[in-house]
Amino acid sequence: MKCSDFLQELTNYLDGVIDDRTKAELEGHLAWCHNCYVVCDTTKKTIEIYRDSQLYELPEELRTRLRSAILSKCERKSAGTEKA
Amino acid sequence: MATIQPKVSEGISDELALVQAAKDGDVHAFEELVKRYDRNVFRIAQHITQNREDAEDVVQEAFLKAYGNLQQFQGQSKFYTWLVRIAVNEALMKLRRRRPERMVSLDEEVKTEEDSVPREVADWSPNPEQQYSQAELREILTKTIQGLPATFRTVFVLRDVEGLSTEETAEALDLSIPAVKSRLLRARLQLRERLSRYFQKRENGNAIKPDSGDGQP
Repeated sequence: MKCSDFLQELTNYLDGVIDDRTKAELEGHLAWCHNCYVVCDTTKKTIEIYRDSQLYELPEELRTRLRSAILSKCERKSAGTEKA
Repeated sequence: MATIQPKVSEGISDELALVQAAKDGDVHAFEELVKRYDRNVFRIAQHITQNREDAEDVVQEAFLKAYGNLQQFQGQSKFYTWLVRIAVNEALMKLRRRRPERMVSLDEEVKTEEDSVPREVADWSPNPEQQYSQAELREILTKTIQGLPATFRTVFVLRDVEGLSTEETAEALDLSIPAVKSRLLRARLQLRERLSRYFQKRENGNAIKPDSGDGQP
């Protein structure tokens, strides 16, 4: 297996959607190719860091404001439909 | 090496009942759906638009559009996937309006494969994120993901941050499954490459500050 073949399968490997034979081939490659091992490991860390990052949390105050704006418009829409 | 598991829980047992009640005009049932997903929609919208006001607008418009079109939701997909599809479209419209000079399309094939070939293969520190304060880390992550093309950013956020499956992401973005996989691979590799300059092991132990220009200490 070449490094480019490994890279093509990286996403499937990290997502665990791969058959046993391909998985064994990929892990065989990882055992001796340090560069691919590092790329695989740091890609996994990249995903974990973003997943745990809590970027763009919706502040509670804004959340309440947005929700009441949405719901009052929904209520108006429902009332309008009933009248029609 | 362990695989990555999605973080989203599958609490949808009563969801169809809520959707049905909302369809029948029960605004409180719809409120439950808003509470369940408003944070996700806001996060997705802000990742795509990169603008806080636009993201607020997208949250309102997406939920209002969903409410207005509930009769068209047939229940073949999850309500959340259907909602995300609406939100992504609203967010892309905002982005196009703000940057009319740049075509923004999820269909575009961006550059060649070369952009994803790893060049930086130095190992990272064991807990790279701990080299930085919370604020610095947030700045690094925000700046890094903002540098990706919209199509890669969107696929990465839906799959890896929000935990949608490949199939759900394809459905929400109206892309084929191979297209989602190819964009996801390239998004992951590009983010990894860009984060490496902040997180790689350093002999002198000094972290690079997020605002330090070309990354040289």
